[in-house]
Amino acid sequence: MRPGPAGQGANGRDAVTATRRLNFLRLAGATAITAVLSLPALAQQPAAPSGTTIDAIRARGTLICGVNTGLAGFAQPDSQGVWRGFDADYCRAVAIALFNDASKVRFVPTTAQNRFTALQSGEVDMLSRNTTWTLSRDTSLGFDFTGINFYDGQGFMVKRSLGVNAARDLNGATICVQPGTTTEQNLTDWSRANNIRFQPVVIERLEEVVAAYVAGRCDAYTTDVSGLAATRSAQPRPADHVILPDVISKEPLGPLVRHGDQRFADLVRWVHFGLIGAEEFGITAANVEEATRTDARPEVQRMLGRNGDLGQMLGVDPAWMARIIRGLGNYGEIYARNLEPIGIPRGRNALWTTAGGLQYAPPFR
Amino acid sequence: MSDASVDPRFRRKPPRRPLRLSWSDERVRGIVYQVVVVALIGSVIYWLWSNTVHNLEVRRIATGFGFLQREAGLPIAEHLIPYDPTDTYLRALTVGVLNTLKVAVVGIVLATILGTIIGIARLSKNFLVSKIAAFYVEVIRDLPLLLQLLFWYTIMQGLPGPRQALNPVEGVFLSNRGLKLPWIIWEGAHTAALLACIAGIVLTWLYARQARAKQMADGQPRKIWPLAIALVIGLPILTWQAMGGPWDVDWPALRGFNFQGGTNMSPEFAALLIGLVTYTAGFIAEVVRAGILSVNSGQWEAAQALGLRHGSVLRLIVMPQALRVIIPPLTSNYLNLTKNSSLAVAIGYQDIVSIANTTLNQTGQAIEGIAIIMAVYLTISLSISLFMNWYNARIALVER
Ligand SMILES: N[C@@H](CCC(=O)N[C@@H](CS)C(=O)NCC(=O)O)C(=O)O
Repeated sequence: MRPGPAGQGANGRDAVTATRRLNFLRLAGATAITAVLSLPALAQQPAAPSGTTIDAIRARGTLICGVNTGLAGFAQPDSQGVWRGFDADYCRAVAIALFNDASKVRFVPTTAQNRFTALQSGEVDMLSRNTTWTLSRDTSLGFDFTGINFYDGQGFMVKRSLGVNAARDLNGATICVQPGTTTEQNLTDWSRANNIRFQPVVIERLEEVVAAYVAGRCDAYTTDVSGLAATRSAQPRPADHVILPDVISKEPLGPLVRHGDQRFADLVRWVHFGLIGAEEFGITAANVEEATRTDARPEVQRMLGRNGDLGQMLGVDPAWMARIIRGLGNYGEIYARNLEPIGIPRGRNALWTTAGGLQYAPPFR
Repeated sequence: MSDASVDPRFRRKPPRRPLRLSWSDERVRGIVYQVVVVALIGSVIYWLWSNTVHNLEVRRIATGFGFLQREAGLPIAEHLIPYDPTDTYLRALTVGVLNTLKVAVVGIVLATILGTIIGIARLSKNFLVSKIAAFYVEVIRDLPLLLQLLFWYTIMQGLPGPRQALNPVEGVFLSNRGLKLPWIIWEGAHTAALLACIAGIVLTWLYARQARAKQMADGQPRKIWPLAIALVIGLPILTWQAMGGPWDVDWPALRGFNFQGGTNMSPEFAALLIGLVTYTAGFIAEVVRAGILSVNSGQWEAAQALGLRHGSVLRLIVMPQALRVIIPPLTSNYLNLTKNSSLAVAIGYQDIVSIANTTLNQTGQAIEGIAIIMAVYLTISLSISLFMNWYNARIALVER
């Protein structure tokens, strides 16, 4: 015979079940009442009020900025562990506006796949991470894009030895791609529209997807052309790889913030326009000091905070833009410092006003 | 156990004491504590829930499972059921679940076989064999699995490209694109043969059961294997023959960038499978060793004294007892293997985690995505547990 309360007959067992059921009913009833009573009290709890991102950042003393895990020219730690690059400088510009201190940034590396959860959940205050502005990201994902600081498009890179000269020759090829990107969606759209069959290899981490391409697991690697150029520049022999001339999509890249806080969105937006505006006016890191004192153009005076109260409207110091330019330079300087060394020409990211490019700032008024 | 053996006094209900509404009544205290605990937990859950809903609302983040019916647009390299990027997220996620199941099922079978061999080898009287097995177990268990997976994947990538593929046997190609094998072109006759084989197994099982019952009655052993071979192998072949005996082989051939035709085992699947199997086998080996060691050596001696042969001792005396010790920890190793398969994302095998992550990235619906992943793993794990518990109960020693 097994041990345990098996001594009771069927009746005993029924009785036990019945009592248990009764207890459970009582318990459930009581719980329901308690729950109902506690409802109004809890419901009145103020949920995180919107519009406080700037206050939260100020209270914390640092801006938390989501960047790449390491893409040359855009965001990559240097040998001292300092993040360098175009996207990293945008984080610094916002930190200067808020703290007058470019070092008050904590860089959080994010993969293509986890970047949005990081921003949604508040793990980062903003993303500055070659992210394409799309309708769904701007709406149902809950973000606000604050501008386009890099006009890009998707391309393909292959090994020179493969002898492929155009994207349409890739029919039947194996293509490496990072998940959670517009890249993978564009790839399927493109293959459908052009009747090209391909075999995907989908790997999350940038280093590993690039390693798979380099090892020959894939015939081609696809991402934004800027990303291809950055990856190619980081190879031991860049000349062994060719970026095909075909560009299969538009990839307008820019910083983004969470929905529900217009003040912070406005700030990030105007930091970008300030950088463009400064280049339009010829204000550089070298001459900003003098320009603040002597430049007689009214709009320059307003932008640099000598006149008017534009800084106050944004909730920052009047000299915000002057300080950003002194610390980092204008848009053209940031671009030249970070992207030209890795072989990304200004191209359509030139100023509209002077070179017929796409970059253009609304008035500082 | 029969009711006749029970003292009739136990069958009477114990007298019920009425509940006194007083703190000194332990039953009242019990109820109050339970209500408080449940209310607390309930409030915390409610608070978390309402907070989440409110925040999603403020940030205008989409909610609900409506996205499952939208077009996924994501490329998936391996799928057991037909899949195209124009299909829905629901189908993409189903493909992911099947990919997880594929690697888990094959992995569990192989890890059990390899683990048992190594576990027995470690008990071998041969010094070299037992030391090699011990070394294997120590090394494999001490290195992080992720590292091992990346190691195997790097090895796979080190294979030559498709144009220089290794070609050991006609029609078999090994390259950094995977292992290509010839495969028959599947037709109705093959499906019929497969069904016939299953029917054969069932019939054999029924016959064996009957034979055993008869043996119990008259003591005559009956040969089962001739019928088993006829039913399990002969029947399918006859069926296939009767339906025309189609045998068209799809040979892989290099065309353009890659091999076309035949069947393929991708480097991602291979690396994940090898990694999971070798890793888990290290643990299973120890479980098997412990199980066998748990059987007292007196059992061996006693069985031999009865004149049983070595194989029979193992099968009839030792294994049933060892399995009692082996099954519960084996179950948790199966669960570990299944859950560890989620490391697939690192090496580009598109399992449920990989596809759900991409889905939640594209739709922004992280909570729904994580809920789906949790539901899938919970279902798989509970199914494995239930099956193993059932099996455990079946093989448990029945005391008579
Ligand atoms: N612009 C595309 C792709 C962005 C993207 O993530 N690109 C990759 C390849 S250049 C990248 O930056 N990866 C860096 C990382 O994962 O850390 C998008 O927004 O979806």
